[in-house]
Amino acid sequence: MLDIKNLTATAGGTEILRGITLTVNAGEVHAIMGPNGSGKSTLAQVLAGHPSYEVTGGSVTYKGQDLLDMEPEARAQAGVFLAFQYPVEIPGVTNAYFLRAAYNAKRTAQGLEELDPMDFLDLLEEKLKLVEWGPEIMSRAVNAGFSGGEKKRNEILQMAVLEPSLAILDETDSGLDIDALKIVANGVNALRRPDSATLLVTHYQRLLNHIVPDRVHVLAGGRIVRSGGKELALELEERGYEWLTDAAGAVA
Amino acid sequence: MTSPVESYVQQDYKYGFVTDIEADTVPRGLNEDTIRLISAKKQEPAFLLEWRLAAYRRWLAMTEPHWPNVQYPPIDYQDIIYYSAPKQVKPLGSLDEVDPELLATYEKLGISLSEQKRLSGVAVDAIFDSVSVATTFREKLAESGVIFCSFSDAVKDHPELVKKYLGSVVPAGDNFFAALNAAVFTDGSFVYIPKGVTCPMELSTYFRINAADTGQFERTLIVAEAGATVSYLEGCTAPKRDTNQLHAAVVELVALEGATIKYSTVQNWYAGDSEGKGGIYNFVTKRGKCAGARSRITWTQVETGSSITWKYPSVILQGDDSIGEFYSVAVVNNRQQADTGTKMIHVGRNTKSTIISKGISAGRGQNSYRGLVKMLPKAVGARNYTQCDSMLIGNACGAHTFPYIDVQHPSASVEHEASTSKIGEDQIFYCKQRGLDTEDAISMIVNGFCKDVFQNLPMEFAVEAQKLLGISLEGSVG
Ligand SMILES: Nc1ncnc2c1ncn2[C@@H]1O[C@H](COP(=O)(O)OP(=O)(O)OP(=O)(O)O)[C@@H](O)[C@H]1O
Ligand SMILES: [Mg+2]
Repeated sequence: MLDIKNLTATAGGTEILRGITLTVNAGEVHAIMGPNGSGKSTLAQVLAGHPSYEVTGGSVTYKGQDLLDMEPEARAQAGVFLAFQYPVEIPGVTNAYFLRAAYNAKRTAQGLEELDPMDFLDLLEEKLKLVEWGPEIMSRAVNAGFSGGEKKRNEILQMAVLEPSLAILDETDSGLDIDALKIVANGVNALRRPDSATLLVTHYQRLLNHIVPDRVHVLAGGRIVRSGGKELALELEERGYEWLTDAAGAVA
Repeated sequence: MTSPVESYVQQDYKYGFVTDIEADTVPRGLNEDTIRLISAKKQEPAFLLEWRLAAYRRWLAMTEPHWPNVQYPPIDYQDIIYYSAPKQVKPLGSLDEVDPELLATYEKLGISLSEQKRLSGVAVDAIFDSVSVATTFREKLAESGVIFCSFSDAVKDHPELVKKYLGSVVPAGDNFFAALNAAVFTDGSFVYIPKGVTCPMELSTYFRINAADTGQFERTLIVAEAGATVSYLEGCTAPKRDTNQLHAAVVELVALEGATIKYSTVQNWYAGDSEGKGGIYNFVTKRGKCAGARSRITWTQVETGSSITWKYPSVILQGDDSIGEFYSVAVVNNRQQADTGTKMIHVGRNTKSTIISKGISAGRGQNSYRGLVKMLPKAVGARNYTQCDSMLIGNACGAHTFPYIDVQHPSASVEHEASTSKIGEDQIFYCKQRGLDTEDAISMIVNGFCKDVFQNLPMEFAVEAQKLLGISLEGSVG
């Protein structure tokens, strides 16, 4: 599904990713953890194609395609979805309009016909249940005036509508209350399919109680310094990152 | 690295063609003889010629205003042609007599003058250079007592109404360009809605400048008697030429007791090329008077064209409990400059005004909002709400705000909100991450920004305006 090899990237001239190698197979959930500023969001943004980051080396193959060669919208249309750590507000554009435009952009790219507003509403109704939201939210402007937690939930709603093959969730659990966390986790679990994969950037073990990962990676200083099974997350919870970053520092 | 926004491509102004038509043109330049000639061509009554000449004499003593935040080389008023009309403008018995070349021109602009073909219930007055070439649905409107005709016809057929209201809101000597207009105006639209009548269809005027080196000086007068209601739309385009052309129009609205006038404009004059060569100077005076109690005047404008716009559609809130509204989207791209806004003059008690202005600046465009809210001593309980938002696309453009507030009664309240935002790479990237391309992303973000204004436009116009906005901003960003 996703094959990252020795990926390096800079932002504003500073090297942030310093050689990331990671393979995610279809059906898997990988958690990415690591201290603040270690490059987790950068990795997520680079995979999505954010123009502020420059890829300086390495390769990323997604479903056999050179991902780095694709425009951001083409990546999205091909099934790459990023739930942003800081979702953007778009005043004056309703959630319903935005979601339908996104959904139809994907359909058009796949050579399918656009869904008309009525059919789309039916689809939406299903998806809203997943995040336990009423229809009112659809007439509000995209993320405008949403609370932090609502923005995160809205990301999951978008994900549910767009049904990505590769979902990258950047701290979607941060700032959520316990109920909202469950809703988000249920949403992610409901979308797990044998032919899709998830990259879960998180700081907290508690999310991983709800979404059980196949692999856990620790990112520090722009490198993966440790990979393991789900028990690695528990160990991190107990011991913090210092023992790993120290070890990485000693190696470097 | 080029950002996705920078690589957004320029689309051409699609109304930039010229119609090859024989014209009856007066010699260049302006003096009393020019005015007499225009007046004679139009077979005007003496009072109008006198009014024009008086305006001209005042104009001679006036100087062009230089307070707007716009820059342009001096205008040579002797180098302008003040009258140009397609030949064969004898009074038309029916639309069948309109020159087929002209009909084709309007078809090309998306305006069908053939009544049978019109699906939507919109009556059109088509102004080509200096004259009105056709007005549709006149008979049908007449059934409900509505007068909708060219200004010239109104002078002939309803001189008493013209005499009563002409200059009653924008006096002949109001300002430099209004005085010039009063002296040389050639045509325009006239609307009269009798007492208690709701106009059965949308009325619209479509202005087209065609001839080179001519100025367009039209004058529109709309009178709504007590309890009457009308919605009026105005659209405009011009060919692409590399010289500047002056458009100095005057619009006067009069709303009597309980009357409602909704005046919407989608202004798409040629804006000049990307280096600022050519384009229309749009120096326009628009003002409405809420003369009667509980009357209401709403200006909605979407200004995307012209190389320079100087325009302040205003409302004099004279009647008690009257309402004035101004909803505006002004877009500047490339080298365009706009200095636009409104004046809300509160005279009567409990008068209320709302101003929502959305300025979008792109390329090297300069956009200024200039607005006056004045509450006179008798405006007890008057209220104003102003919201003035600017959006910047790219780094080379500018947005400026000049609000003037003058409150002379302690019970009056004025609320002003302003914001400036930059259309961010992050906003665009967010949309792209959801599968939308850059063009759709920008158009969506900008349309969202303008939503409060667009929702005040009649349905079809709103759709038109949204498309127009997308087109005017193409190639804008970087
Ligand atoms: N556009 C940018 N320009 C300059 N520096 C950047 C940019 N984006 C990120 N950085 C820097 O790169 C480093 C990694 O940032 P990143 O956001 O990837 O960290 P993170 O692991 O997601 O942290 P957190 O856990 O706090 O979200 C930080 O030092 C950050 O300041
Ligand atoms: Mg982060």
